[in-house]
Amino acid sequence: MSTATATHNEHHDHGPEKGLMRWIRTTNHKDIGTLYLVFSLIMFFVGGSMAMVIRAELFQPGLQLVEPGFFNQLTTMHALVMVFGAVMPAFVGLANWLLPMMIGAPDMALPRMNNWSFWLLPFGFAMLIATFFMPGGAPAAGWTMYPPLIQQTGMALPFLIFTVHILGISSIMGAINIIATILNMRAPGMTLMKMPLFVWTWFITAYLLIAVMPVFAGAVTMLLTDKYFGTSFFNAAGGGDPVLFQHVFWFFGHPEVYIMILPAFGVISAIIPTFARKPLFGYSSMVYATASIAFLSFIVWAHHMFTVGMPLAGELYFMYATMMIAVPTGVKVFNWISTMWRGAMTFETPMLFAVAFVILFTIGGFSGLMMAITPVDFQYHDTYFIVAHFHYTLVTGSVFAIFAAVYYWLPKWTGRMYSEKLGKVHFWLSVIFVNVLFFPQHFLGLAGMPRRIPDYAVQFADWNMVSSIGGFAFGLSQLLFAYIVFTAVRGGEKATDRVWEGATGLEFELLPSPPPYHSFTVAPEVK
Amino acid sequence: MAHAQGDYYIPNGTNWPILGSIGLTLILSGFAVLLNEIAAGKWMMILGALVFIYMLFGWFGTVIHESQAGTYNSQVDFSFRLGMGWFIFSEVMFFAVFFGVLFYARVLSVPWLAGEGDGVMTHAVLWSNFIGEWPLLNNPDPEMFKSPEGIIPAWGIPAINTVILLSSGVTVTLAHWALKEQKRSALQLWLLATVILGFLFVYLQAIEYIHAYKELNLTLGSGIYGSTFFMLTGFHGLHVTLGATMLVVILIRVFKGHFTPDNHFAFEAVAWYWHFVDVVWLGLFIFVYWI
Amino acid sequence: MLLRVLRYLPALLVGGLVLLVAQTAGADWGALNLPEGVTPISKKVYDLHMLILWICVVIAVIVFGAMFYSMYAHRKSRGAQPAQFHESTKVEVIWTIIPFLILVGMAIPATSTLVFMSDTENADLTIKITGHQWKWQYDYIDDGISFISSLTEESRNAIKGDPASVDNYLLDVDKPLVLPTNKKVRFLVTASDVIHSWWVPMLGQKQDAIPGFINEMWTRINEEGTYRGQCAELCGKDHGFMPVVVVAKNEADYQAWVNEQKGEAAAAAAAAEETWTQDELMAKGAKVYNTQCAACHGANGEGGIGKPIVGSAIATGPLAGHLDIIMKGKQGTAMAAYAAILNDVDIAAVTTYQRNSWGNAASPVQPADVKTAR
Ligand code: HEA
Ligand code: HEA
Ligand code: HEC
Ligand code: CUA
Ligand SMILES: [Cu+2]
Repeated sequence: MSTATATHNEHHDHGPEKGLMRWIRTTNHKDIGTLYLVFSLIMFFVGGSMAMVIRAELFQPGLQLVEPGFFNQLTTMHALVMVFGAVMPAFVGLANWLLPMMIGAPDMALPRMNNWSFWLLPFGFAMLIATFFMPGGAPAAGWTMYPPLIQQTGMALPFLIFTVHILGISSIMGAINIIATILNMRAPGMTLMKMPLFVWTWFITAYLLIAVMPVFAGAVTMLLTDKYFGTSFFNAAGGGDPVLFQHVFWFFGHPEVYIMILPAFGVISAIIPTFARKPLFGYSSMVYATASIAFLSFIVWAHHMFTVGMPLAGELYFMYATMMIAVPTGVKVFNWISTMWRGAMTFETPMLFAVAFVILFTIGGFSGLMMAITPVDFQYHDTYFIVAHFHYTLVTGSVFAIFAAVYYWLPKWTGRMYSEKLGKVHFWLSVIFVNVLFFPQHFLGLAGMPRRIPDYAVQFADWNMVSSIGGFAFGLSQLLFAYIVFTAVRGGEKATDRVWEGATGLEFELLPSPPPYHSFTVAPEVK
Repeated sequence: MAHAQGDYYIPNGTNWPILGSIGLTLILSGFAVLLNEIAAGKWMMILGALVFIYMLFGWFGTVIHESQAGTYNSQVDFSFRLGMGWFIFSEVMFFAVFFGVLFYARVLSVPWLAGEGDGVMTHAVLWSNFIGEWPLLNNPDPEMFKSPEGIIPAWGIPAINTVILLSSGVTVTLAHWALKEQKRSALQLWLLATVILGFLFVYLQAIEYIHAYKELNLTLGSGIYGSTFFMLTGFHGLHVTLGATMLVVILIRVFKGHFTPDNHFAFEAVAWYWHFVDVVWLGLFIFVYWI
Repeated sequence: MLLRVLRYLPALLVGGLVLLVAQTAGADWGALNLPEGVTPISKKVYDLHMLILWICVVIAVIVFGAMFYSMYAHRKSRGAQPAQFHESTKVEVIWTIIPFLILVGMAIPATSTLVFMSDTENADLTIKITGHQWKWQYDYIDDGISFISSLTEESRNAIKGDPASVDNYLLDVDKPLVLPTNKKVRFLVTASDVIHSWWVPMLGQKQDAIPGFINEMWTRINEEGTYRGQCAELCGKDHGFMPVVVVAKNEADYQAWVNEQKGEAAAAAAAAEETWTQDELMAKGAKVYNTQCAACHGANGEGGIGKPIVGSAIATGPLAGHLDIIMKGKQGTAMAAYAAILNDVDIAAVTTYQRNSWGNAASPVQPADVKTAR
C-alpha cells in the first residue's frame, strides 16, 4: 500500500515504519484496519474449511469422514471462528479504516489501545485452535456452550473460557475506542445527525458490545468455577439451574447477532445511495430504527429458549417482544427500496451485493419472524430451519455486506480498481450457490432434521446432497474473492479520487485515493 | 467538540500492546494448563505476570511521561475521560451478571426446586425433601454440595466495611478538593487515608472469609448461596484491591508533584473507579448480606 | 469471446441449478414442509405455520416486486434521471404502523395456540421421560412400567456400512414408547446427565429435558400408527443416534400391551431371585453391554469417551468397587448411575460380562449381589 502524500505534512505526521515491525508496533488506524481485515479473511477461510468438512460428512447418510465427537468439535469451532474471528473483526477493520475518514479525524481517539485491541485476537485464536490438538479435543458442545454438556469437555475447557475473556477484552477496548472517536474526534460542523449511517450504526453497535461482552465473560467464568472450584450455579443439586446459563448466554448472544448485522446495515446504507445516485431515503428514521433495534435486542433473549420450559407468561412476553423487531427492521428495508425508487441505478459489484443483501437478508428475517412465533418454534427449534435462518442473516447478510464494503472502498484505500468483470463473476457464483447451499436447509428442517448431527435418516439424503454441492461451489468461489483483492492491490488500474460517480462523504469528496497515512491532520470544515 | 485538531497527539509505533498480549496469553494459558493439573502452568503464569507487569510499568510510564511533557491537549484528555467512563460501564455490566444470577436463584430456581409456581412436579418427583428458603442452608442434594452451617450476618463486619468504604469515598473527594485548591499536605493526607481505608476493608474481608470457610462451612462449594456470595464479594474484593493499588500509584505521583489543579486526569480516573467500587458494595450489602 | 460467455454465466448457472434440483428431489416434493401431524396441537401449529408463511410470502412479493420494478425501470442505462426526494414522514409512519398491525394479527392466534399447548391438567395418563446419554427412559407412573429405549443394533451397524439397507435408519429403537389413542397423555420430561430434548414432529411438540428439573407437556394422538423423532438438543457424541419412537395403539391393544409388560416385569423379578450360570450371564451381558455401554467403552472394551474396561483396575478388582461405579456412576463425568436404569439381572449380567471378556478374568456376579448392593 502506498502512503503519505506531500499535501498533508504536519509536525508529527510520520510515515509508516519499515518491515514486519510496522505491523506489530503500528498505531495507525489504516494499518490496524488492514490487519483486522487480513486476519478476518484468514479466519473466514479457516472457519470455512471446517464447514467444508461438515458439508462433506453430511453429503450422504452414514459416517464416512469423521467421528461424531470430532464432528461436534468442527461445528463448535466453525461457529466460534466465523463469529468472533471472521465477521466481527471484519467490521472492526472497516470501522478502523473508515470512521476517521468519514468524520474528518486524523486517527482513532486512542491509537495505542487500538493496536492492543487487534493484537489480542491472534493470541486468543491461537489458544482456541490449539485445543484441537489437546487430549479430549476441541470444545464440542456447540458455540452456545450449554452446561452440563460443556463440562464434559477435556483439557480444552479452560482454554476456551480464557479465549472468550481475551476476545472480550479486545472487543470492549475496540468499542470504547470507537465511541471515543465518534464523540470526540468529529470535524467542526460534523454534527451527530450529519454522520454517515455507517458511523451511526457502528456507534450503536459499540454500545451493544460494551454492554454485552462483559456478560459473556461473566457467563463463561461461572462455567469455569462450576467445573474447577465447586460452585453450583448450573447444578440443581446445589440450588442452581442449567437453564440459568442459557439466560445469561443469550442476554449476550442475541445482541451479539445484531452486533454482526448493524454495521452491515450501515454499509448497505452507504452503497445503495451511491449507485442509485440519489440521497438515502429517510436518514433520521434510519437512525431511530437502528437505535430501536439495539434497544429491543436487550429484551428478547429468551426466544432462543422457548422449549426449555419457561412459564407461560415468559413465553408470551418474549414472543411479543421478538416480533416487534420486525417493525424497525422493516423500516430499514423500505427505506432502502425507496432510495432506489426513481434513482438512476447502475449495478457495479458493490451494488449487486447490496441488492442481494436486501433480498436475502429479508428472507432470513422472515424465517426469524416465523421462529419468533412460540408455538411454531416448538417445531422449528434446533432443526436445520434455524441453520438456514442464521446463515441467511449471517452469510448473505453480514458476509455479503462485508464483500460489498470491500469492493466499494478498496479503490479508495489502495488507489487501485479491482477487476469489475471478475467481481461480477464472483457475485453471481456466490449468490447462486449460497442459495443452493442454504435454501434446501429450510426444507430439511421442516421435514424434521435436527441440527448438530453428523448423520441423518435416509429421507433427508437428497437435500443434504444439494446443500453440500452448493457448499463446495460457494466455498471455491471465495478463492476468487481472495484472488480479485490480491490482484487489485498488486496492480489494478488507477482509481479516481471520487471512485464512483455517485459517491458522497468526506472520504470520497476530500481525500485522494489512496488517502494519506494520517487522513485529516487539519480538520476539514463540514457545512 | 470542534477543537482545533492540528495537535491531537498521535503516538508513534509502540511495543507495549504486543507485550501485553504476550503477557496476558501466558498468564491465562498457564492458568489453563495448571487447571489441567500440569505443574508447568505455574511457571508460565509467573513469566506471563512478569511480562505483564513490565508492560504496565512501561505503558503507564510512557503515558505519564507524555502527560508531564504537556503532549496531551484538552481533546486528548477528553478521549481519556470517555475511555475510562465507558470502561467503568463495562465493569458495571460484569457485576450485573452476578447480581442477575443472585436474583434468578432467589426468585426462580430455588423456589421452583421447592415446588412453587411451575416447580410442583420438579419438587414432587425429584426433590421432595427440599425446603426452599433464603439464605439456603439446606441444599437440594446435601451429599453432593454440603450445606453451609451459617451465614455472615449483615450487621457485623459487613456493616463496618460499609462505613469504611463510604468514608473512603468521602476522603477521596476531600483529596480531590484539596488538589484543586492546591493544598498539597491536605491532599496527601486524605489520599493516604483513602488508601488505608481501602486496605483495611480488604483485611476485614479476608477475616470474614476465613471465618466463613473455617467455622461456617460457607464456601464456594456449599451450594448456590455460597456460590453467589463468594462470586459477588470475591470479584468486588478483587476490584477493591486493584483500586487501592491504583490509589497507591496516584499517591506516589502526588508525592512526586505530578498533578496540577487543571491537569490531573489520572487522579480523577482512579477516583471514579473508587466510587464505582463503592456503589457496587452498597448493592452487595443490601442484596447479599442484608435482605 | 470470454466476455460473451460470462454474460450468459448467470443464466447457465440458474439453468443448471434448476436441473440439479429437479433431478435430485423429483421424488419427494411432499417432504418439503412441516408435517401436519396427528394431534390437536400439531394441527393448530401447522395451521399457524402456514398462515405466517403465507403472510411472509405476500409481503415478500410486494416488497421485492417493488424493488425489482425499480431496478428495471430506474436504471441509468435506460436514461433514468435521479429524483432528489429523500424524506417523507407520512410514508415512514405508514410503514411503521402497517407491519405493526400485521404482527398483532399474527400474535392473536399464536397466543391462543400457546395457551392451549400449555394446559397439562386433567390428563388420563402420566409418563415420565428421562433422557440419558444416549437413550430414553420411560416410566409409566400409574402402571409401574419402566424401560429404556435406544437405537437398534441394525441401525448402529449400518452407520459405517450401508444406511439404505435398514428400514428407518437412525429412527428405530429396540423398545418404543406405547401410547393409547384419544387419551390425554401428560409427559414429565427430565434428564439425568446433560440436557436432551424430546421431539416427535408428528405430535407437534418438543420439550427440553433438563437435569434436576421437570418440564411438562401433553399430547392426544388421534390416529393409530408409529411416529418417529429424535433427540433435538446437542447432548454429546451420539446426539444424532438417540431416536424417539412412539407407537399409538387403540384402547384394547394398549391394555393388552400394558398387561404383557406387567407380566414381563413379574418374570424379571422372579429371574432376579434365581441363580444364573456364567454362560447365561455372559450371553445376556453381551447384549446389555452392546446396547448400553459400547458407545462409550468401545465394542471390545477398549475405551473411548469412557475409560478402557480391558485391564481396568476397577473391572478386575473387588466386586464392590465395580458395582459401585456402575450403579452410582461418577459425578462430573459421562458415566451415569445405572441403578435406576437397569434391573438387577441386567446389572449382574453386564458386570459379569465386563469382568470376563477381552482377557479380563474376575468373579461373576449374581442378581442377588446386585440386590444387596442397592
Ligand atoms: C445477523 C444475525 C441475525 C439476525 C439479524 C437475526 C434476526 C432475527 N432473528 Fe435470529 N438467529 C441468529 C442470527 C440472527 N438473527 C442466529 C445465529 C441464531 C441461532 C443461534 C443458535 O442457536 O446457534 C438465531 C436464532 C433465532 C431464533 C431462535 C430459534 C430457535 O433456536 O428456536 C429466533 C426466534 O425467535 C430468531 C428470531 C429472529 C428475528 C425475529 C429476527 C429479526 O431481527 C428479523 C427482522 C427482519 C424481518 C422480519 C425482515 C424485514 C422486515 C420487513 C420486510 C417488514 C415487514 C415484515 C413483517 C411485518 C413480517 N433467531
Ligand atoms: C458468521 C458466521 C458464519 C458463517 C460465515 C458461516 C458459513 C458457513 N457455514 Fe456455518 N454456522 C455458524 C455461523 C457461520 N457459518 C454458526 C453460528 C453455526 C452454529 C454452530 C452450532 O451449532 O453451535 C453454524 C453451523 C453450520 C452448520 C450446521 C452444523 C451442525 O448443525 O452440525 C453447517 C452445515 O452445513 C454450516 C455450514 C456453513 C457453510 C457451508 C458456510 C460457508 O458460507 C463457508 C464458505 C467459506 C469457505 C468454504 C472458505 C473459503 C474457501 C476455501 C477455504 C477453499 C477451500 C474450499 C473447498 C475445498 C471447497 N454452518
Ligand atoms: C456416556 C458414556 C458412558 C456410558 C454409556 C457408560 N460409561 Fe462407563 N464410564 C464412562 C466414563 C467417562 C468413565 C470414566 C469415569 C472417570 O473419569 O473415572 C466410565 C467408567 C466406567 C468404569 C470404571 C473404569 C475404570 O477403570 O475407571 C466402569 C466399570 C464402567 N464405566 C462401566 C460401565 C457400564 C457397565 C456401562 C453400561 C451399563 C457403562 N459404563 C456405560 C462413560 C460411560
Ligand atoms: Cu440427547 Cu441429543
Ligand atoms: Cu436472537
